[in-house]
Amino acid sequence: MPQDLASLDTPAEQFTEEALIRRIRDGEHDLFYELVRPYERRVYAAALAILRNPADAEDAAQESMLKALKHIRQFRADARFSTWLIQITVNEARMKRRREQTRAMDPIADHQDEEGNYVPRDFADWREVPLETLERKEVRQKLAESMHALGEKYREVFVLRDMQHLSIEETAKALGISHASVKTRLLRARLMLRDMLAPGLGGRWSSKLSFEKGTKPW
Amino acid sequence: MVVHCEEVWREISNYLEGDVDPALRSAMDDHIHGCGRCRSVLEGTRNVIELYGDERMSEVPLGYSSRLRLRLEENMQSSRRNFFGWIVAAATAILFAGSFELARSTGSAYPALRSQMAKRGSGVPPEMLVVVSDRGKEFHQASCPFIHDKVNLRTIPAQEAMKEGYTPCVRCMKEYLSA
Repeated sequence: MPQDLASLDTPAEQFTEEALIRRIRDGEHDLFYELVRPYERRVYAAALAILRNPADAEDAAQESMLKALKHIRQFRADARFSTWLIQITVNEARMKRRREQTRAMDPIADHQDEEGNYVPRDFADWREVPLETLERKEVRQKLAESMHALGEKYREVFVLRDMQHLSIEETAKALGISHASVKTRLLRARLMLRDMLAPGLGGRWSSKLSFEKGTKPW
Repeated sequence: MVVHCEEVWREISNYLEGDVDPALRSAMDDHIHGCGRCRSVLEGTRNVIELYGDERMSEVPLGYSSRLRLRLEENMQSSRRNFFGWIVAAATAILFAGSFELARSTGSAYPALRSQMAKRGSGVPPEMLVVVSDRGKEFHQASCPFIHDKVNLRTIPAQEAMKEGYTPCVRCMKEYLSA
């Protein structure tokens, strides 16, 4: 039977994640959107990182949410709900990619040896880039293009860790890889993005971007 | 301890995560101070993390939330078995809406967050001094390498920062973001 709101002491207690999960498990499915609302962007971003197509990502995000609702009783209270939800999303997106065989050849370094050191290519002076530059759509677009140009295994780790702020452990769990692999791939992803966004790079990756040679997009 | 450029590049990610031991950090600091190439790698990598970590980089398509909500509602409607179940749900929704308003009105318990995607921390010592900037969204330890807008910093107790809608930095305050 659904727990009576009056039996909880404060509004804060009524809407903690734990309380919401308990009430949804007890049958109050209407509360599910409130539970997942803080994570709806994360779910979409995780799906987009794998599928790289907005329509497919939205579809996978919706399917993931429905699966989470359906299997909410399987959620273990000792885990973070967000990690569990992202894990479902990663699995759903990977299955969708396999089913539809939409996976294009990854353009960058997907088969590179992770053991070798990555050597940065550009050493131009950088200064702090103001976050206000993100107000410009073309800047966001360039950053997104660069991120999507990463090989899949680097992109997945980068999106979960640096864009969705999962911990190293949570990222490893969501992707089913080791802690060490997360750290190695993260380092490479960050350095590759740095190189792609650095000015005047004449390497094979920069040719995929439309940055003017010698200029940054900000 | 002396480190060379290759070691700095290999550890730059861990350095920015605060995940290197003090001796290595000190050696890296010394090296970076005198090496323009490594400063470039450090600053560029820091910019990458900061820019991509901003919520504006996680945009969703227009109407995404509405469509998601509709899909969930359709799914729930199909699973509702009888009119009584609907009445219970409607009553719950009304109670929920009322309680939500109440929660919003108790500003000290639930201040509006500066970031839509941020998570409230838990267990933050209220009197701990933290650093915030007017244009920032998170509060930091003074030593955090991810503080933006460094020229407009204020040092205030964590409790006050949270009342102003700041949330713990996902890097230097990550222990307060755990479940």
